[in-house]
Amino acid sequence: MNEILEILEKDARTTPEEIARMLGMTPRTVKGEIRKLEKDGVILKYKTVINKEMAKDESADVRALIEVKLTPQKNMGFDHLAERIYRFPEVTSCYLMSGTYDLLVVVEGKNIHTVSNFVAEKLSPMENVRGTVTHFILKKYKEDGDILKTPERSKRPAISL
Amino acid sequence: MRTSKLVEQIPPSGIRVFFDLVLGMKDVISLGVGEPDFVTPWNVRERAIFALEEGYTSYTSNMGLIELRRDIAKYLKHRHRLEYDPETEILITVGVSEAFDLALRAVVERGDEVLVPEPCYVSYGPITMLCGGKPVYIKTDPGAGFKISPGVIEKSCTPKTKAIILNYPNNPTGASYSKQELKAIANVVARRGLIMISDEIYCDLTYDFEHTPFPALPKMRERTVYLNGFSKSFAMTGWRIGYSCGPAKVIAAMTKIHQYTMLCAPIMSQMAAQEALKNGERSVQEMKREYKRRREYIISRLSEIGLACHKPEGAFYAFPSIKKSGLSSMDFARELLKREKVAVVPGTAFGASGEGYIRISYASSLDKIKEALARMERFMKLRSKAGRK
Repeated sequence: MNEILEILEKDARTTPEEIARMLGMTPRTVKGEIRKLEKDGVILKYKTVINKEMAKDESADVRALIEVKLTPQKNMGFDHLAERIYRFPEVTSCYLMSGTYDLLVVVEGKNIHTVSNFVAEKLSPMENVRGTVTHFILKKYKEDGDILKTPERSKRPAISL
Repeated sequence: MRTSKLVEQIPPSGIRVFFDLVLGMKDVISLGVGEPDFVTPWNVRERAIFALEEGYTSYTSNMGLIELRRDIAKYLKHRHRLEYDPETEILITVGVSEAFDLALRAVVERGDEVLVPEPCYVSYGPITMLCGGKPVYIKTDPGAGFKISPGVIEKSCTPKTKAIILNYPNNPTGASYSKQELKAIANVVARRGLIMISDEIYCDLTYDFEHTPFPALPKMRERTVYLNGFSKSFAMTGWRIGYSCGPAKVIAAMTKIHQYTMLCAPIMSQMAAQEALKNGERSVQEMKREYKRRREYIISRLSEIGLACHKPEGAFYAFPSIKKSGLSSMDFARELLKREKVAVVPGTAFGASGEGYIRISYASSLDKIKEALARMERFMKLRSKAGRK
């Protein structure tokens, strides 16, 4: 992957000047490259990764992984069906999968009730949805490469030869 | 109780007091660490944990697990086209520190002179003295990026000169040599019939060109004791595992000493090292990429701060001159620590020619480096104001 992308993925707050220093480029060139990546949609957006367990976000206290089986209709491939599902704001992730089911949908809600209602009232009754299996996430350990623990203090002695 | 005169003759570490000062302070941002800030890759740790669970807790053969020696032979051949016989020409040691000690004890006799280019790692001189040898410190030119010149080596040779120590990439200066530069050094080594002790522990952290191991140079294999290990490239400093390669005669001599002293390196470290060699390459490359970015960042910032520095070719150290501050190395380090809670190592820890310099380690996160440099900038601004008064 592009080195600029690597650096920004690690820390989105790295300024173009700092990136320029690290890679031996000029800030102007770096800014130009970033602009192009943004324009092309390679960089979608800049986010902060929050440990929601610690932030006590009540609106998203419960998360569920839902396996969705679909029957693709004539003139309507999986993409269209997936879009109808992921448009719901409760759906935070949506993936097309190989294996025993078709879509993996991640849903967030205030409590188990809210999530179950969403599945029962919005998701399952949808045309082309053959069936759903809901798994509730009990605890998140690691997500997208980030271990959800407070980083420990370094164990190295502060000075050595 | 009387202790040995030889030991008493070895100068005490002038840096100990300063170290204790740093270790005793809280919330210090340290740029004074000589080991990676990365933890040993998980797959390597996992291998050792598994080995312990399986009950691998005994001695190994003195020379080390033959499987590890074979893996090292394969690695050296693949990576550097160096060929060493795992049965007779490779010794697994307790860190490169032990390998260095063994190498010197195996070749240095009472009265022998050993050339030690300065600034250098702290043990080279004292170990030479402990062997009854005489360390001959030779200056390297800061203007030449602290690289040793073949001419200076030649001039420093006397009929008593037995060996020369070369550490590249260098601790503390980060200096390393191109193949051409090494060939010129090799010519002098051959001409003078010297033994070369080559400490290449930082070899995987060479950023601008391919590292050339000393034994790979023409006519050098027969006269070089090659030292390498896992501490810096695989972040395995605490595991105490390293190795030495050389002609069978010198390895046999080193093994003889080793079997009476350390006996063998820890078995779990040896097994972990095998895993590192087999599957650690990706981790090494990731760490190297990260170090390189930090190096670029630091060097460009240092010149802005008034601490001009040659760009180090390898390792994770920068060795800038602090002459603009008007302070000695030790005073600079002490003042910086006191006023800004930033720790660096005074250049004098690495020899007399380190006076006027400090060693900055970039084995720390970029955040810490940024903050430390900001504080050093503040400190330098204050110093230049004070200088003008």
